[in-house]
This record gives sequence, structure tokens and C-alpha cells, in this order.
Amino acid sequence: MLRILLSLASGGLFGAGLLVSGMTDTTKVQGWLDVFGAWDPTLAFVLGGAIIPMAIAWMVAARRAQPALGGSFPPAPAPELDRRLILGSVLFGVGWGLVGLCPGPAMASITWGGTGGLVFMAAMIAGMLLAPVLRDRLAAPALAVR
Amino acid sequence: MIETDWIWGLVGGLMIGSAAAMFLLFNGRIMGASGILGGLVDRSGLGNWAERLAFIAGLVVVPALMLPLYSVPVSTNITESLAIVVAGGLLVGIGTRIASGCTSGHGVCGISRFSLRGIVATVFYLLAGGLGVVLFRHLLGVI
Repeated sequence: MLRILLSLASGGLFGAGLLVSGMTDTTKVQGWLDVFGAWDPTLAFVLGGAIIPMAIAWMVAARRAQPALGGSFPPAPAPELDRRLILGSVLFGVGWGLVGLCPGPAMASITWGGTGGLVFMAAMIAGMLLAPVLRDRLAAPALAVR
Repeated sequence: MIETDWIWGLVGGLMIGSAAAMFLLFNGRIMGASGILGGLVDRSGLGNWAERLAFIAGLVVVPALMLPLYSVPVSTNITESLAIVVAGGLLVGIGTRIASGCTSGHGVCGISRFSLRGIVATVFYLLAGGLGVVLFRHLLGVI
């Protein structure tokens, strides 16, 4: 039960942060990506601000045997850079630039983002259903580090 | 000169990072929006569906409750045609699931632990997003 409450609180704080930071405003996101237009550096402050508490959290996690509510911490990330990571990130980036929404802000604005927000969410869920098919075809690693 | 928007960006960013820190230190999970939703959508993460659903509930409800605090109307300012919105949504859904992460998972949670995968993913989606805006806004004029 405590895990559920903590998830709810974490999601809520994430949503509040997205709204406060301006990341639910697609003009700010596209303004950040638009380096040849009226460039808006806000997103750098958001990402920089978000990384600080999380970097501390990773340091704290490294000194603990397990999370406060039990279970285990996520394993160290694989050192492999495969083509799925790169191709997937490129596809995501293009979609992000087209509309200015990524998954977090899309969910945070779903009740007040109008038709555009609902259509984006429906298309994103459809994309998530299609992804496993493409993912299996890209399984071979392109580049191994270490 | 420091603009107000940058300060709000920093404050909001600290909130986002604190949310991710909570999720890690209490629940032992990585706060990645595309993974939390995607695991429910493709049924790969049904083992902890209640945590995922609770996270999404908080993410959806809290910003909606905060809207009345703003003196000016808050909007996502989506101005693109519905065809572009559909294309963007599909690309975001497919791309984040193939890459196993988005701005929150790879960006916030990955970079902060110096994960090579997180850093490389972030470099590629930022570059692709920047090139996409140049292409679709300045060359093609569709967004």
C-alpha cells in the first residue's frame, strides 16, 4: 500500500514540476529545439535542475542495500550502445520536435490539452503497441563498448 | 539577464528530479514516463500495474488541480494540424519504446548516473529534434 502511495506522490510531484517548469507548453519545447529561430534556453534549466536531486539520489542509493520500501535498486545500465537505442532516440526526437510533447507532459496535460493532446496520446499509445514488432527486427547490437 | 521563465524552469526541474529521487529511493524504480505507461500498454509491465497506474494518476491529476492557481489560462499551445499531431505521437510512442526511454528515463535518470546509454540517447533525440524543427518549420513550413 505504501508503494502505491509513494508512486502516486512521485507521479504528482513529477506532473507539478512539468507544469511549473513550462514543459507542458509545446512552444517552449519547440523553442528550445529551434536553434535557428527564437531559441528558448528554458529546457536546459529544467534538465539541469532535475539532474541535481537525481544525481544525489543515485549516490545515496549506492550506499544502501535496498530501497526504503524493500525490493532492489535497478541494475547498472548495460554498457552496450545498440541500434535500437540510437534509431529509437532519433524517431522519438523527430516526433518530439514535430509537436513539442514527450510522454510525461503528454500525460500531465491530457485533461486540459484539448483535442490535439488527446489525439497525440492516442497516436503515442498506438506507437507503443507497434514498437515491439519493430524492436525484434532491430535486435542485433551495432556497437559494443568495453 | 535571467528571465523569470528560466527560474521557473529550474524550480520545476528540481521538482521533477525530486520526484525521480523519491521513486528510486523508496520504490527502487526508475522514473521513466514512457516505460511506466508503455509497460501497461504492451502488457510487459503488468507485474506492478498498480504502482504504474498510481504514478500515472498522480501525474494526470495534480497538474489539472494546479491550473486554477494560474491567473492566465494555461495551454499546451498545440497548433499543428491533426495529421502532424498523429505523426508526432506515433513517432514518440514507437521511438521511446524501441530506445527503452524518453526525456525522463534516459535524460533525467540516465544522465544523473553517468549512464552512457542515457547520454547517447539524449544526444540523439536532441539532435533529431533540432534537425526536425529546422526541417519541418524552416524548410517545409508545416509546424
